[in-house]
Amino acid sequence: MKIKAKLHDLCCANCAAKIEEKISALEGVESVTVNFIMEKMILVADETKIEDIKAEIEKIVHKIEPDVEIEYI
Amino acid sequence: MKKDFVLLIAGAVLFVSALFVPESMNILRLCLFLAAFVASGLKVILSAVKGIAKGNFFNENTLMVVAAIGAFCIKEYPEAVFVVLFYRVGEMFEDYAVKKSRKSIGEVMNICPEYANLLTDGKLTKVDPDEVEIGDIIVVGAGERVPLDGVVINGKSFLDTSALTGESVPREVGENDTILSGCINRDGTLTVKVTKTFDDSTVSRILELVETASAKKSTSEKFITRFAKYYTPVVLVCALLLAVLPPVLIDGASFSDFIYRALSFLVVSCPCALVISVPLAFFGGIGGAAKKGILIKGGTYLEMLSNAENVVFDKTGTLTKGVFVVQEVNAVDISADELLEIAVYAENVSSHPVAQSLRDAFGKEIDIKKITSSEEIAGFGVKAVIDGKTVLAGNGKLMESMNIPYEKAVGGTAVYVAVDNVFRGSIIISDEIKSDALSVVKMLKKVGIRNAFMLTGDIKTAADVTAEKLGIDKVYSELLPDEKVEKLEEIMKNSSGKTIYVGDGINDAPVLARADAGIAMGALGSDAAIEAADIVIMTDEVGKIADAVKLSKKTMNIAKQNIIFSVAIKIGILILCSFNIVGMSVAVFGDVGVMVLAVLNSFRALKEDK
Repeated sequence: MKIKAKLHDLCCANCAAKIEEKISALEGVESVTVNFIMEKMILVADETKIEDIKAEIEKIVHKIEPDVEIEYI
Repeated sequence: MKKDFVLLIAGAVLFVSALFVPESMNILRLCLFLAAFVASGLKVILSAVKGIAKGNFFNENTLMVVAAIGAFCIKEYPEAVFVVLFYRVGEMFEDYAVKKSRKSIGEVMNICPEYANLLTDGKLTKVDPDEVEIGDIIVVGAGERVPLDGVVINGKSFLDTSALTGESVPREVGENDTILSGCINRDGTLTVKVTKTFDDSTVSRILELVETASAKKSTSEKFITRFAKYYTPVVLVCALLLAVLPPVLIDGASFSDFIYRALSFLVVSCPCALVISVPLAFFGGIGGAAKKGILIKGGTYLEMLSNAENVVFDKTGTLTKGVFVVQEVNAVDISADELLEIAVYAENVSSHPVAQSLRDAFGKEIDIKKITSSEEIAGFGVKAVIDGKTVLAGNGKLMESMNIPYEKAVGGTAVYVAVDNVFRGSIIISDEIKSDALSVVKMLKKVGIRNAFMLTGDIKTAADVTAEKLGIDKVYSELLPDEKVEKLEEIMKNSSGKTIYVGDGINDAPVLARADAGIAMGALGSDAAIEAADIVIMTDEVGKIADAVKLSKKTMNIAKQNIIFSVAIKIGILILCSFNIVGMSVAVFGDVGVMVLAVLNSFRALKEDK
């Protein structure tokens, strides 16, 4: 399934790249794009594991950029 | 934002007043500097603390705070405060620049409709386009954006398609016409039956293509991310070595001096400017292209375009309109009208596009009673009995097989006609060349393309005539669909440069996929073509290919400038810092300053050439 999220206050390009790299390594994630300019994440992932994946994403994002707020759309 | 600004001003005031306190009043001076540090750097300090709490020691904020605290420890108070102060000022500029580029890219992408006027039981309600289902009826008023793809069931208007196609001439639509989301309704009110959900609508698909374009990274993007990955650790190790080794090894070198230099390294060690420099340029380029109705599905294709040496065109539908038109009627011993009439009657059973073009040229009703019999001879033409006369109409092979002497015609597809075994003339049919196709090869050669090829299933004589008019270097004609891939591979093998293929995307998907960059023409509304191609030209203007190549070169240049520029400044500043020629304040420029300049430079990719 495909999920989009807005990453509010994503302010460092390197962090966006790091977030993308870490999320793409998660189990069940098929592909992920973190677009720094649009402050957007587009995720394609296994539907059955989606809750775990979301929890992991939360951890990753807040470790790298504590002030970012994730809003799924 | 406002609070940050107030704190920053307070920090600056405290900083300046601290500078006026004589060094003899040490305690007061230190207190003022500390207060200035906390005021101007509060945000940075908080973020650093949060980062450390989560186990992330190497983010930009942490590095800055460590550098500043280090400077305090070696009693470089003014430097310590200045670094944080300048860093914050730089960050504000950076924020502004990033926001501005986000906004201008957002404007390009601002084709997303905000609402739909849903018609239920004669009442209109404003709803989210997401909630509208297939088969629902919506109303689009004058000046409103079409929210979903659909078919007009009532009303007439002009549509402004420029947001999708870059085409400024409005398109007239009326009942039963298909309309696409993202267009703007200019005057009349349209009642529309929705044919696609919002997620499948043209507008959503285009936005998604552009947003995910960053996934298809070009080699220069990959290079810079790899570089950035090693850059920070290497600089940090260098900083450590710089702080420890010289004081130990060199006589008279003090720890505090070299620690100061090492702290400057920390300030420059953030790779953000590097990481943003290239993708932002590409994103600008892709956004700028989208504004012109050219969709590019990733940075890698921009790169391919800019390195392209060969362009391979499909003929029908790409260089030509794909509509067959009677060009010449060469009658022998009868009038031209008679010849055309005979041919139309003979070909009446045929559904071939050639027969259709004959009927179009004839333009009169056909009296079926005149046709006694008619049969198709596959691969040759037709044999018919009309008004008691035996008519043969078809290609040269048909004449040869019946041993009828005939005059060969050139310039297109020819239909030869014989009545009672006597040759009566030929009709030349050819595909009309698009008006902007005449100059496209010349334009492409001007922007660096070396060879232009044409692939076609058409017969050689017709293909050669078209190619000559267009200035194509080499033609491969009479190809079956799978031979097109073979020929393309041959061209690619014989060239060191990149090869782009331009087709209509309808029946040449394998060729589009095989090329270094496959371009589909006139793809607006054709899902298959949007899917198959790497680059999509929304209108059928083949001249836009030259625009795309030009834009790709400009974008690549900006990306290269950004790489060279940001890497060179950072390394230059590192060298100057290690010899203590410049201090921490310049080092801050190596971080935020470079970033701001890279962002501003990338802007140019989005702007149109004057």
